[in-house]
Amino acid sequence: MTAPGKAGRLGAALLDAAKAMLVAFGLFVVMVGLRTDVSSSGALLLRTRWMDVALLCAAVFVLRLAMALWVRPRLPAAGSALLGTGLTRAGLLFGPALLAVALVLPFIPGIGRYELDLGILVLTYVMLGWGLNIVVGLAGLLDLGYVAFYAVGAYSYALLAQYFGLSFWICLPLAGILAAFWGVLLGFPVLRLRGDYLAIVTLAFGEIIRIVLLNWVSLTGGPNGISGIPRPTFFGLPFSMSGGPGTFAGFFGLEPSPSHRVIFLYYLILGLALLTNWVAIRIRRQPIGRAWEALREDEIACRALGINITNTKLTAFALGAMFAGFAGAFFATRQAFISPESFTFIESAIILAIVVLGGLGSQIGIAVAAIVMIGGFELFRDLDEYRMLVFGAAMVVIMVARPRGLVGSRAPSVLLGERRRIDASLVGEGRG
Amino acid sequence: MRQGPLRCQMLQNPLRSPTACVTVGTTVPPQKESALAYALQQLINGISLGMIYGLIAVGYTMVYGIIGMINFAHGDIFMVGAFVALIAITLLTSSDLMGGPAAIILVLAISMVFTALYGWTVERVAYRPLRGSFRLAPLISAIGMSIVLQNFVQVSQGARVKPLEPQVQGGIELMRDGNFVVQLSYMQMLIIGSTLAVLAVFTWLVTQTALGRAMRACEQDRRMASLLGINTDRTISLAFVIGASLAAVAGTLYLLRYGIADFFMGFIVGVKAFTAAVLGGIGSLPGAVLGGLLIGLIETFWSAYFSVQYKDVAAFSILVLTLIFLPTGLLGRQEVEKV
Repeated sequence: MTAPGKAGRLGAALLDAAKAMLVAFGLFVVMVGLRTDVSSSGALLLRTRWMDVALLCAAVFVLRLAMALWVRPRLPAAGSALLGTGLTRAGLLFGPALLAVALVLPFIPGIGRYELDLGILVLTYVMLGWGLNIVVGLAGLLDLGYVAFYAVGAYSYALLAQYFGLSFWICLPLAGILAAFWGVLLGFPVLRLRGDYLAIVTLAFGEIIRIVLLNWVSLTGGPNGISGIPRPTFFGLPFSMSGGPGTFAGFFGLEPSPSHRVIFLYYLILGLALLTNWVAIRIRRQPIGRAWEALREDEIACRALGINITNTKLTAFALGAMFAGFAGAFFATRQAFISPESFTFIESAIILAIVVLGGLGSQIGIAVAAIVMIGGFELFRDLDEYRMLVFGAAMVVIMVARPRGLVGSRAPSVLLGERRRIDASLVGEGRG
Repeated sequence: MRQGPLRCQMLQNPLRSPTACVTVGTTVPPQKESALAYALQQLINGISLGMIYGLIAVGYTMVYGIIGMINFAHGDIFMVGAFVALIAITLLTSSDLMGGPAAIILVLAISMVFTALYGWTVERVAYRPLRGSFRLAPLISAIGMSIVLQNFVQVSQGARVKPLEPQVQGGIELMRDGNFVVQLSYMQMLIIGSTLAVLAVFTWLVTQTALGRAMRACEQDRRMASLLGINTDRTISLAFVIGASLAAVAGTLYLLRYGIADFFMGFIVGVKAFTAAVLGGIGSLPGAVLGGLLIGLIETFWSAYFSVQYKDVAAFSILVLTLIFLPTGLLGRQEVEKV
């Protein structure tokens, strides 16, 4: 194609936008234009919304035209790579600053109960994201049933506390170990499967665990869940409002306050998340971590080099599951109530989206993605219906624009000599 | 804050799995004297359910055969098909045109056309830019697309489950044993008949036409096909269009049979249809139909004789067991991994 003149380009763009509008009209004319409502008698009624269809089509036309005329010419081919290095560099400075804010957050004036609760929620997702990152980002195994291990952790703690009266601090490691055990158990049969099969099988396992939790009423309470899960203690000192000598407030001579427990929970999840991060960063430099990265890039080459694929995959699965188990135990003790409803596929998808949007393999990217996404969910609570729509669209757009995520890091953790660009044609995974 | 603010939309759906309200015979405990009749009824129910799974499974297997990815959003395309059919039926009912076979065929056609457009758009927007990208990218994009479709329908059509009055009623009495009647309903005949018709057209398309030849060529070796002058992008688009049309037929039949539609119905049905595709051997078109029939039968018999609660577990377990012990499926080819 020779370089078209300006008029030719405008014409082509207009034609293209008109075609896009036509497609949009086809998509929206039925699904948006005609709305079915259930009347009080149970019959279906139709309501027309042609105005909305027209607006949507116009929006598609304008966006498509803008894409063709303004955005695309200004997007240099190397732009995304440049953006990537820029983001990675910013991440280096941003990380410590973020950590500092996280550490002092409960004592910043103006931070109340609500903000701390939100902080706890965000940190839970940060931790889950970092845990899943070991499996997806480092080892390249797409796990769509990650929430199952989260559920195993939560139910482990809840059941152990309920039936055996074990305390949180004994159950926390147990929950992690049990979840890791389940990770190995589920991982073992599916190791031979290719990436996308693995994804579907993990999804199926996740659903099986949820359905079993839902239907095994005598053990798990079924859809009613388990309530009255014991709250955590400060190494044996309960957070009680009585202020007696055996309580947290009494022991340290403080005024009893309900915020003590929230602050404690906040630091607990912060500590757990940082532990996940620390283990992930450290283990990347170990032989096993390097094996994960090699596995992610090219499984056949990996096998040819004598890496034990089974062990490598299983450790990734087990380690990722273990952190989900920790997070699950924390979730159970924080909510004091769990039910299978908290462990649906969409939770797995949200955690995966955090990992993917933040950047596969990037610790700081995941933290930022969790803050943006969970914070965004909270911010746009009123637009309840639209936020999942935007969230799904974001997943697609990020994948199309930057398949490695916003701050994707694919560089090997350990290098021989200087840092070099690895040509995409050399690895099985292709570009991106 | 019991569930935390992330409690998702889907949970408001009271019918977690629409197939829970299965069929006439399932709730009746098998009596000794009518055990055979009961089993026969389950066979009929299972085949008609399996036909629906088979139609969706063809879409999975075709896309997998050509571009080697699991089209995660295919279950939601099925859901869109059901909704388009629902709207078409409501529209026809309000103008007093509903009733009779012509109306049903019209509804099927409308659903196929509009759903095919969705299939085409999904491929164009979410999968085509990712050709040659890293392995997980299209799959993640597909999950995103699935969420988009579900929530788009939720926003545009509402989160409530839509009930549809039975459009096709009555049936033929096949056998009477005591007070248990084995019935082949007209609805089941419609399902079986239209599935067979659609599959016949589809088989003709794949085996006899230039398009089918191009599709099979792309399946064998996409690069070689494009070197030989086949427009592979167009062929892939058409595969999505055909897959979506079949899913639309499945969605319409499912809606007519079970009388409900909601935005989350595609998830479970999609996973089951995928299981069917895997069981039959992914990439194999007759295998997809066979797998669909088997899954439908297993699920129906499982619900009839064991427990309805765990029927999804049965389907998922089959998926896992097949992948572990029979990764190529019943009719699949051995896949050679190349460097």
